Amino acid sequence: MTISVRDLRRDYRMGDDVVHAVRGVTFEIERGEYVAIVGPSGCGKSTLLNLLSAIDAPTGGSVAIDGREIGRMNDREATDFRLRTIGLVFQRFYLMPTLSARENIELPMAEAQVPARERAARARELLGYVGLAPRERHRPAQLSGGEQQRVAIARALANRPALILADEPTGELDARTGAEIIALFGRLNEQGSTIVVVTHDEVLARAARRVIHMRDGLITTDELQSR
Amino acid sequence: MRLALVRAALTRRPARTLLAVLGVAVSAALLLDMVMLASGMRESFRGFLLVRGYQLRVAPKGTLPFDSEATIAGAAAIVAALRAHPDIVAVSPILGAQLHVLGDGRATTSFAIGMEPQVQGDFELLAGALPDAADRIVVNDAFLSATGARLGDTVRTAAGFDPQMRSYSGLRRLVVVGRGRFFYTGSDQPAVAVPLATLQAMGGAARADRASLVMARVREGAAVEDVRAWIARTMPHVTAISTETALRQVDERLGYFRQLAFILGAISLIVGFLLVTTLVTVSVNERVGEIAVMRAIGVSRAHIVHQIVAEGVVLSVGGAIAGLGLGLITARELNAILSDFPGLPATFQFFLFQAEYAWRALGMLAAAGVLAGVYPAWRAASMPIATTLRREAVA
Repeated sequence: MTISVRDLRRDYRMGDDVVHAVRGVTFEIERGEYVAIVGPSGCGKSTLLNLLSAIDAPTGGSVAIDGREIGRMNDREATDFRLRTIGLVFQRFYLMPTLSARENIELPMAEAQVPARERAARARELLGYVGLAPRERHRPAQLSGGEQQRVAIARALANRPALILADEPTGELDARTGAEIIALFGRLNEQGSTIVVVTHDEVLARAARRVIHMRDGLITTDELQSR
Repeated sequence: MRLALVRAALTRRPARTLLAVLGVAVSAALLLDMVMLASGMRESFRGFLLVRGYQLRVAPKGTLPFDSEATIAGAAAIVAALRAHPDIVAVSPILGAQLHVLGDGRATTSFAIGMEPQVQGDFELLAGALPDAADRIVVNDAFLSATGARLGDTVRTAAGFDPQMRSYSGLRRLVVVGRGRFFYTGSDQPAVAVPLATLQAMGGAARADRASLVMARVREGAAVEDVRAWIARTMPHVTAISTETALRQVDERLGYFRQLAFILGAISLIVGFLLVTTLVTVSVNERVGEIAVMRAIGVSRAHIVHQIVAEGVVLSVGGAIAGLGLGLITARELNAILSDFPGLPATFQFFLFQAEYAWRALGMLAAAGVLAGVYPAWRAASMPIATTLRREAVA
């Protein structure tokens, strides 16, 4: 899983004004890397993550993942790409409130046509992996923030994605729960997942092997961290 | 999983879903009733005309059956000619008249049908026997109730009454041998079936060899219209009307009524459609964030569209099924009210349930449900994912 970003730009029109959220960034991420993208609010890091995950389209430049250029995919291709290749984790968890923890994890597998028995087994396995095996029938409202985020991470892992993209995954959590999520990402990376997180959380950023700093839509520094 | 999502969406706000289903049910009931009403009177009239399989009615020239008191002269010759026709398998002459039943100091006036018992097409025998002798009669419940007579009783009757002389003519004692349900008279109107020859004789010279109507049954496979044309050609002093002709006349007379029923039915369909559209749109607006997340994690547009359309269909079909029951109940009640209208035959139905029309109404409502889901589904599936998630996060 190699991500190749070339002169990537994203502009938004706000009335008569044009906001340059991402102004032309270039970098590469290799398979198995653990990258944190950090920077002040409004610097364009979430927009960059949206562009990497093909839920937004660039105004210019390109994103290629394993040689496939995302910007050239039509909606169906991009949706299928997200389903099978990318695991997304959001700051606010965004679980389906009417589905149980297990059903939430099964949702992307159902979309990928995984047979019911197989996806139930996989969902239970993932719930065990994130330490929530006894909570499979609980609805999101019956879970704490940390538990919801762990379910969301399990959902992101459901279709065995090669790339995990997380947008402020500890943003809504207290320090102790955040630390659990950071540990979980570390474990996933050790097992071979490529992880890109956007964060304000210094502890989370320190856990990554590489940190990309952004300001005003541009990359200011891109450095490896020693452990 | 899709079903689970549809169920979850609909049970999220159960009171609202229930109200929507009830709203659609009322709309469906009205639609069904209007469809039943639009077709019911015609079909009821058709069944009413064909109750004994007689497809042709021969009436005095220029009249409709029992439209006036006119009668056909030379009835026996006409009946004989009709019976001689190779395509006619049964002929039933009928004479309509008033029959006064004389009691102790009072008389009850009933409608008498002079008929030939073996070919009669005017009543269904419920108890007793057919009037197979000159002095025997079959009566309806209203007759028994009004006169106090019972099966086996002999009643004094008269065919005519002179109000100036206050005297009765055509007196005869008749024995009540049967109780019947008369097809063409109101349920509250006393009716009596008398052998044709007896009623003609009681009427004196004025009714000798006369009939008000002659019904003819054409053999299966023969062209009714050809026989009708033959009657028109060979018997110029009568008018022959086929069931289809009569139905055409009924259609013309009921045209505005049916149009009104169709318009009201269409309005109820539109109301149901708007109701489902509104509810599904509101529901989708509440879930834009969830839908954007589903799209973000790889759920296809088609899946989103199917799910939302399915929500509309479930609401419509649920409402339609409830509306079917409601519509049948209201139709039965309205039928009961309208059937009490004086002079209407007891067998006449305003609202006639026909499975084909019920399925058609349900089908239209289900189709409306699909259409109702299309707009909100299209909106939901077309939302820009990143922008919607950002708005949700800000909200």
